[in-house]
Amino acid sequence: MKFTWWKVLTVILLLYSAVAGFLLPVPRLAIVNESIRNLYFHVPMWFAMMVILGTSVFRSMQYLRNPSARLDILSHEAAKSGIVLGILGLATGSLWAKYTWGAWWTPDPRLNAAAVALLIYGAYLVLRGSFRDEQQRARVSAIYNIFAFAAAIPLLFILPRISGNSLHPGQTGNPGFNKYDLDSTMRMVFYPAVIGWILFAFWMTQVSSRLAFLQLKLDEK
Amino acid sequence: MRPETETLPVPLLHEISTLLAKDFRLEWRQRAALGGLLLYVGSTVFVCFLSFSLRGGQPPAPAWNALLWVILLFAAINAVAKGFMQESPGQRLYYYTLVRPQAIILAKMLYNALLLGGVALLGLFLYTVFLGNPIQDAPLFVGNLLLGAVGFATTLTLVSGIAAKAGGNGATLMAVLGFPIMVPMLLLLIKVSKNALDGLDHSVSQQSLLTLLALNMLVGAVSYLLFPYLWRG
Repeated sequence: MKFTWWKVLTVILLLYSAVAGFLLPVPRLAIVNESIRNLYFHVPMWFAMMVILGTSVFRSMQYLRNPSARLDILSHEAAKSGIVLGILGLATGSLWAKYTWGAWWTPDPRLNAAAVALLIYGAYLVLRGSFRDEQQRARVSAIYNIFAFAAAIPLLFILPRISGNSLHPGQTGNPGFNKYDLDSTMRMVFYPAVIGWILFAFWMTQVSSRLAFLQLKLDEK
Repeated sequence: MRPETETLPVPLLHEISTLLAKDFRLEWRQRAALGGLLLYVGSTVFVCFLSFSLRGGQPPAPAWNALLWVILLFAAINAVAKGFMQESPGQRLYYYTLVRPQAIILAKMLYNALLLGGVALLGLFLYTVFLGNPIQDAPLFVGNLLLGAVGFATTLTLVSGIAAKAGGNGATLMAVLGFPIMVPMLLLLIKVSKNALDGLDHSVSQQSLLTLLALNMLVGAVSYLLFPYLWRG
C-alpha cells in the first residue's frame, strides 16, 4: 500500500467536481440551461473510458510480445472498467438528452457510435467466454482487442465529425466545446473532473485486477 | 520470427500466388460450398422480390439500398466463415511448416476479396433483375460495391481466423465479433451508395470514399501485423 496519494487525490477531485459542479455558476445558455452541468460528469466519463480502453489495448500488445497471465488479467480488467464507464457515460448522456432534446435516444451519429463501441466490447467478453483453454483465450482475445480498437474506435471519432448532421455538442468539425463558450469557471471544474475520473478508472481496474490475481493464485493451488 | 522469414528462399509474392491458386482449386473441387453461397444470395433476393410483389412492385429507393447491403453482408459472413473453419488443425500445421503466416493472411484476404467481389456483382445483377434498377450513377455504385467487397474481405478474414480458433459455433461467433467492427464501414458504404442512387455529384462522395479506402488499408495492415500471433498457437 505504498502509492496511495493518488487515491486520496481521486477522492478529493471527484468530491470537488460533484460539489463545485452543482454549486458554482455556469453560463446561461438557451435550451441547455442548468443541464450544461452534465459536462462535468458525462464528458470526463467518456475521457476516462477512452484512456482505460487504450490501456487495455496497450496491455494486450504487451501480452502478445511477452505472454503472461498477469498481462492478460490487466488487459481484461481494464476493458471491463472501460465498459462500466461507457455504460455510465451512456446513462448520463441519455438523461441529458431527455431533458434537452426531449428523447432518451436519438439516431445521432455520435450516439450510434457510442452504442457500437459498447457492442464491440460486449463481443470481446463473448469471445473470452467461448474458450476453455486459458492461454488460447488470452492470446486470441488480445488479438481481437487490438484489432477492434484499431478498426473501429478511431472511426467512431472521425465519422460523426464528417457526417456533419450531429446535434451532439462540440460536433461538426469542432472537437472542443467552443459552442458552449466554456468559461474559466467551467474549466476550473471540468479539468479536475477529467483527471479525477481517469484516476478513478485506474483505481477501479487495480482493485478488480487484485481480485483476479488472488483468484488465479487460488486456482493454482 | 523475423530472421527466419528472411532466410526463406521463396519470395512472399510467390507464396501468396501459390496459396491463392490452392484456394481457387479447392473451391472448384468442392463446388457444393460455392453453389450453396450463390443459392443463398439467389434465394434471398427472390424472397425479397416475393415479399415486395405482395405490395405491388418495387421497393422505394432507401429500402432497396438497405436490403441490398443486408443481403451482401450476410452473404459475406457466410462466404468468409468457411475459409479458415474448413481447414483441419493438421492442415494448418502443414501450412505452418511450409509458408510464412503473412503469406497466408494476404492470400486469404485477396481470395476473399475476389470471391466477395464476384458474389456482390452477381447479387447486384440478380437484385436489379428482380427488384428494379433505381441507380442513377452506375459507375460510382459499382465501384463502391467493389470497395465494400474488399472492405468486408479484409475485416472478416481476421475475424474468421479468430472465430475458427474458438471452435464450436464459429459462424455465430463470427457474426457477433464482426458486425460491430463493420458498422462504421457499412455506414460509409450505404451513404455513398445512396449518393450514387440519387445521382449526386462525385464531389459529395469523395470524402467518404477516401475514408473507406483508408479504412480498408488500416484494417489490412492491422490484420497483417496480428495474424502471425494468431497463427502461432
